[in-house]
Amino acid sequence: MSQIMSQTLLQIRDLSIVYPGARANVAALCDLSLEVAAGECLGLVGESGSGKTALLLAILGLLPRSAQVRGSICYRGRELLGLEARQFNDIRGTRIAMVFQDSMSALNPYMRVIDQLSEVPRVHGGLSRRAAEQRALDMIEAVHIGEPRRRARQYPHELSGGMRQRVMIAMALIGEPDVVLADEPTTALDVTVQAQILSLLQEMRGRTGAALVLVTHDLGVVAQLADRVGVMRAGQLLEQARCAQLFSHPQHPYTQALLRAVPRMDAYP
Amino acid sequence: MKPAPQTPLLQVRELRVSYAARYRGRTVRLRALDNVSFDLAGGHTLGVVGESGSGKSTLARALLRLTAVEAGRIHFRGNDLLALRGTALQRMRAHLQMIFQDGISALDPRQRIGNILAEPLQIFRPQWSDAQRLASVLAMLERVGLEAQHLQRFPHQFSGGQAQRIGIARALIVAPDLIVCDEPLSSLDVSIKAQITDLLQRLQRELRLSLLFIAHDLPAVQLLCDRVLVLYLGRVMEIAARAALFQTPQHPYTRALLQAIPIPDPQRARARPVPIIGDIPSSLSPPSGCVFRTRCPHAIERCTREIPALRRIGDSEVACHRAGEI
Amino acid sequence: MGRWQRVRSHRGAVLAGGVLLLLALSSVIVPALSPYDYYTPQLQFISLPPTLHGAHLLGTDPLGRDLLIRVLWGIRISLLIGLAASCISVVVGVLWGAIAGYAGGAIDALMMRAVDVLYSVPFVPFVIVLTVLFGHQLWLMFVAIGAVSWLDIARIVRGETLSLKRREFIEAARVSGVRAARMIRTHIVPNLLGVVIIYATLTVPSVILFEAFMSFLGLGVRAPLASLGSLIADGASDMQAHPHLLLVPAVVLATIVYCFNFIGDGLRDALDPHERP
Repeated sequence: MSQIMSQTLLQIRDLSIVYPGARANVAALCDLSLEVAAGECLGLVGESGSGKTALLLAILGLLPRSAQVRGSICYRGRELLGLEARQFNDIRGTRIAMVFQDSMSALNPYMRVIDQLSEVPRVHGGLSRRAAEQRALDMIEAVHIGEPRRRARQYPHELSGGMRQRVMIAMALIGEPDVVLADEPTTALDVTVQAQILSLLQEMRGRTGAALVLVTHDLGVVAQLADRVGVMRAGQLLEQARCAQLFSHPQHPYTQALLRAVPRMDAYP
Repeated sequence: MKPAPQTPLLQVRELRVSYAARYRGRTVRLRALDNVSFDLAGGHTLGVVGESGSGKSTLARALLRLTAVEAGRIHFRGNDLLALRGTALQRMRAHLQMIFQDGISALDPRQRIGNILAEPLQIFRPQWSDAQRLASVLAMLERVGLEAQHLQRFPHQFSGGQAQRIGIARALIVAPDLIVCDEPLSSLDVSIKAQITDLLQRLQRELRLSLLFIAHDLPAVQLLCDRVLVLYLGRVMEIAARAALFQTPQHPYTRALLQAIPIPDPQRARARPVPIIGDIPSSLSPPSGCVFRTRCPHAIERCTREIPALRRIGDSEVACHRAGEI
Repeated sequence: MGRWQRVRSHRGAVLAGGVLLLLALSSVIVPALSPYDYYTPQLQFISLPPTLHGAHLLGTDPLGRDLLIRVLWGIRISLLIGLAASCISVVVGVLWGAIAGYAGGAIDALMMRAVDVLYSVPFVPFVIVLTVLFGHQLWLMFVAIGAVSWLDIARIVRGETLSLKRREFIEAARVSGVRAARMIRTHIVPNLLGVVIIYATLTVPSVILFEAFMSFLGLGVRAPLASLGSLIADGASDMQAHPHLLLVPAVVLATIVYCFNFIGDGLRDALDPHERP
């Protein structure tokens, strides 16, 4: 494990998000505070409706216009809430990147893989088209996609789910971000493919030193990757602890119940 | 027609199911299941596990006669299931039921729960009075952990877990001999999964149910099933008793599957070996010989030429040329 | 929000419903209370213009008959034909489409080819032939309209049935032992109702217009009975001198058609299963 610098990259204070609704407002997040340090992996665990996706969208400025947001999100000391779209474009995709759950809808079905991948280095990095494409190819190889040159020229629907997810990870990392947000990146995948993707995420973290905020409902996933774990329910952060600590000595009753509910498999190896 | 006492409740032999699919502008045959054979004895639960393309949902639908079968035999309660038509087929349905993956979608959105649950009784117990049917429905509701007040409600008023309970109640209400569960936990949240698994376990004990439990969720399979069948790309890889499968899996795919499942224990999770490489091949062009060979760390030349037959290794049946050596 | 709450919140539809109800009620109540009838000529009152304070609120026609009463009768006839013919065509269309869609295969093909054939029947000549053969009968209108207006609904219902067939609860019902007849009756048709109601309310105005057109051509109701279409025909011939004879029934017909369309829109916004959040 590489030297973890204690520099705080992301500081979230008292974040509240309310979605206006037809009959009543929905509070997606309530006074949530947390920090993400450089190079660390923070796992956020919660069931559906816990607000974990809203949190990620808020960090990237992707919430719907109608959402009412209060509190503060600071990236390297710079306030992100209320930033102009143009200013956000410098950060989104380059400094803070996201891996989505559903690769089929997150990737443009009309663009070849290599074109989508080379967009970020061309637009943000100012690289020439050739250089950007080379960079894209390098990334495709780095995420272990077999036959990289052939796959690069294909469209998303021609790739398997696992390969598409690798492309998403490549897209997230190509701008060399400090922070990668991953929203249930393996939930839609088969178990054997999931294991590969998790292993890939681990490898990429080691190589690039990027921090990873991993949002999932699967405790097994955080057990494998996370340095620290936060447990969310109904928009609140109930407990935060180092990974080993949370699993061995959970403090909050909800965490304890969650751990009890996960079926343990008593098996090989 | 009572079957002979020693005949297994369900016998499947060399089942083959294919679909017509369009691929690159041509119509091709997609083989969803090939040469699948297994038995299920009364009072037992057989788990069927596999990932995408394994054919497990196709198996469920073929057994329930919702999908056409290309070749093979299915014997249920001693009768040839595939030969049944019309009224005989309908009568068979009283003995063979199904629980669906998405609880809410499996319920008619325009019908009240009371009617949905009473419908099988109206069809199979036409001589019963309304009062008798109502009593039976209420008893079943209670058994699955719901209340009488739920009778009047519509499906959209229920949560996923509750809807699944209703589905279980509907499957049980005519006291079938066998229930096929098609991934009943997949669309549920973690804590609800645990509740429904508990419910199924309790019902298994109380009613001595025979279940065919199809899932990709191995931990739940370990809790509920006596024996497990592992499918990959429509072919059987391994069939074994629970203890044998989970402790001493023989087939390389079974081992890879077990190793890939996330464990909620940081120490064990990080001590695991590297997962197998490669993606699941497309069902449209499966590999020759053993379909798993493209991802198998132990593949040899023979695996490319010859499809391995299921053979007995200890307590398990394994379809691997090198089972026993590795 | 419940379905009926959503319908009620669509104010235009509610207003349209109110207007139609008012017209329908008037067409029954007012002629009963009025001293005039729709058929007795009163030659001393020929073609009087509308007068707000006079004996004839909307004036009279060339035979001295009170226009208000004739128009109200016209409304009655139009609504009667519109609603009755629509009901029949909805019932036939739904059954046809649901059976074809659920059965599939050869039965579906046969049933939908029949629909295609009927679609290609040239309509006006068909009605003319019927009229020549049987004379001016009210029931002829029913037959003519009935033969054609169910076709659209049959196609729509068949399409909906095809997509319904693939839904999980239909498979679940099959597993429960439900067979074709019960399936269509209990599970398919009730789930089609949203779509059917929408198209039914849109069928009514087209039927009314169709009848009006037939009457305008002289093929519909027989004098002295009047429908809005025949009143428009009569009024058109005297347009220059006595415009009220044309304007009144025309405006009423347009209002009725407009109201039904509005209600149909409101119902679609409220009930369309595809738009449900």
